Amino acid sequence: MSFADATAVFRQEASELLEVLEGTLLDLGLRPHDKDLVDTAFRALHTIKGSGAMFGFDKVAAFTHEFETAFDRVRKGEIVPTQELIAVALAAKDYIRALIETPDETDTIIGDAILGDLTQFVAPRAATAEPTATATVAAPMQANRPAGWKLYLEFEQHVLRNGSNPLDLLEDLCKLGPCFAVPLTDAIPLLDEIEPEDCYLKWDVTLHCDCDRSAIDDVFMFVCDEMKLRMTPLTQTDVAPQVVSLGQDMVVQNALIQDVDVQDEPAVTVVVEAPAIVPEQGPVAPSPVAATPAELATPAAAKVRREEPKRSDERAVATVRVQAERLDELMDRVGELVIAQARLSQLAATSADLSIKMIAEEIERLAGSLRDTTMGARMVPIGSLFGRFRRLVHDLSRDLGKPVEFVTSGEDTELDKTMIECLADPLVHLIRNAIDHGIEDTAARTAAGKTESGRIELQAVHSGAQVLVTVRDNGGGLNTARIRAKAEEQGLIAPGATLSDSDIHQFLFHPGFSTAQTISALSGRGVGMDVVKRTIENMRGSIDLSTRPGQGTTVTLRLPLTLAIIEGLLIRVGEGRYIIPLSAVEECVELTPEDQRSRGRSFLNVRGSLVPFLRLRELLHVNAAADPHQKTIIISTGECRVGLVADQIIGSHQTVIKSLSKLHSDVTIFSGATILGDGTAALILDVAQLVALAQAKAEKQMNEAA
Amino acid sequence: MATILTVDDSPSMRQMIRMTLEPAGHSVIEAGDGAQGLAKAQASRPDMVITDLNMPVMNGLDLIRALRKQPTLTGLPIVFLTTESSDGAKQEAKSAGATGWITKPFVPAQLLAVVGKLVRS
Repeated sequence: MSFADATAVFRQEASELLEVLEGTLLDLGLRPHDKDLVDTAFRALHTIKGSGAMFGFDKVAAFTHEFETAFDRVRKGEIVPTQELIAVALAAKDYIRALIETPDETDTIIGDAILGDLTQFVAPRAATAEPTATATVAAPMQANRPAGWKLYLEFEQHVLRNGSNPLDLLEDLCKLGPCFAVPLTDAIPLLDEIEPEDCYLKWDVTLHCDCDRSAIDDVFMFVCDEMKLRMTPLTQTDVAPQVVSLGQDMVVQNALIQDVDVQDEPAVTVVVEAPAIVPEQGPVAPSPVAATPAELATPAAAKVRREEPKRSDERAVATVRVQAERLDELMDRVGELVIAQARLSQLAATSADLSIKMIAEEIERLAGSLRDTTMGARMVPIGSLFGRFRRLVHDLSRDLGKPVEFVTSGEDTELDKTMIECLADPLVHLIRNAIDHGIEDTAARTAAGKTESGRIELQAVHSGAQVLVTVRDNGGGLNTARIRAKAEEQGLIAPGATLSDSDIHQFLFHPGFSTAQTISALSGRGVGMDVVKRTIENMRGSIDLSTRPGQGTTVTLRLPLTLAIIEGLLIRVGEGRYIIPLSAVEECVELTPEDQRSRGRSFLNVRGSLVPFLRLRELLHVNAAADPHQKTIIISTGECRVGLVADQIIGSHQTVIKSLSKLHSDVTIFSGATILGDGTAALILDVAQLVALAQAKAEKQMNEAA
Repeated sequence: MATILTVDDSPSMRQMIRMTLEPAGHSVIEAGDGAQGLAKAQASRPDMVITDLNMPVMNGLDLIRALRKQPTLTGLPIVFLTTESSDGAKQEAKSAGATGWITKPFVPAQLLAVVGKLVRS
């Protein structure tokens, strides 16, 4: 691992942290008093500062330090994060990103301006210049270096428990020069009162060296507030007699260990007298702040962090980069393995050999978990993408002066990583459109009796082999007449031609088509919707528009789960076998004779609520005789429930989704096909389509009844 | 030589520590938060722990307190990383039971000096 690699790791990490920071700041705008959010933001800043300084991003560290200082006042509860403060904080966050990503192109003037803004919100500080962290303790050089030091060491009893070892410290002293350490044993209690983990010894040390005070301070730097340390310089006259009286430099370590072990009394008396000569003029360390047992025993401030901060932490998990093709390849292999395994299971089921059955079961289990792992490696929760839009909405709403409430749901919905990246731009367009064109200005909204602030919902839902991403606004809806006029003006349709509203709306996807009366910086330049449509179609997805005048517009993107393997429910209708994505299945109930009789009305009574149902035999034109006991599978898209009537429920099935050929692209009720263990194919039912179909049918029946 | 557990939510910081200590012959174990750090300390009984203070799930102070309650880890040197030049954080960590500290940013020699100070072969 080279330093360059480590720097890359820092960049990656900082980028994740900045994402967390952004999310947290935006959350903070909604819940200014949430202490956990403040802590999360602070922690992100803190880490960026610390790591930044480590990896030589000095500007980042310096700027973040100032940012952190300002934010510290928020943390202490001295100031409340207002929208203005958050806007500045977001700008500061952007600046940090720029400093990290393009340090050479980033002008520090911007940073200074942001800092200026930041300090507006916090009281001016007398001096922001703190001693830099790197500055070592600069001890004043003494003109006359002493010949040595006379030290008195008395440690607190608990010093050993905190991991410091006085013996090590004495060894360190020895490294400075010849040194005599004499233990003072008077504090040692009787044997039965001795706590084995406590330190009772004190030492008198004579150190012969020309080092200055700071060198000795360095030795005791970690324990200086847990000990009494008295230092007095030895003068030349002090040294001479001592050296003479002691005759020679003893090997200190030996002497020390001897002393400690044997408690050699005479040695003590000899040297103990020596310090008395020296007047004690050294500074006495302030009385150490002892940690009381109560403090030590205080349980961790038990604040369980959950919910929001945790979620943002999860959003930015550490990543490993793998080439996408490798994952594709892996997924292909797993798909083949799952099909082969299904064949093995089929074979084992008909075999009488128990050991084959056991192996088949084992392989089924392994293949299942391998599939999940492989899928997991490719899939990314769409939340990471949604997170970015909160900022977009925040900024747009401020720039356009339209207060907008932005609601996201289904962040956990997972999509192929590459697909998520491709989705970013189309969604930006759609959200911009929603705010710029969709949401009316405040005056118009109030006039229409709507809430002052608009609402934009971004939602992701799994729907069988597809993921639906919807952008919904509660604005004015599409102006069909204006779109039509524009289309006529551009010669796309003949004046007076008969077209349905939805056909007219399709012109929005026409290249160069814009109805915006004024071209703003955001939208209305006629590039956008056609690009969006093309991008989505390139992903084999589709885009739908639905609008209600005065109530808003919904854009739905239907995206396939490429290469997906899903857990499916295998059912039989007549001779044919079909797969329903298990994730959409709510429950299976028997179709009661009473329900059977209700030929005309297709409603099922499920514990008191009416659920429309579809007879798959009718839908699929199966002519064979129906089983006497038909089953109903209740499926749901999250919003509405629908029952599907089948002949038999076979069981769950690991389904490798194969897409249907172009020839079958008109068949809407199937989203794909799969290969079963015996080599035959089964079609995968499209839950969203079936639910829509049943709903439409139910609505029609209701209307007829009414 | 010694086994050193580094607990930090920042992978780059852990890597920095690893890059400094491994060439000096130490082996390095990493943990991403306090809870992980506690588990790894119990499992692998390191000779020393280097921990950040500001971490998710379990912060450094709580980790230090928890480590100090482990009867099997008595006397384990615990060093915390701090960017504060103020004494507040140091005092708090010290009274939680930390042995020493390293001020960020540090150069490899500083880290090695602290490790050498607290870990004896």
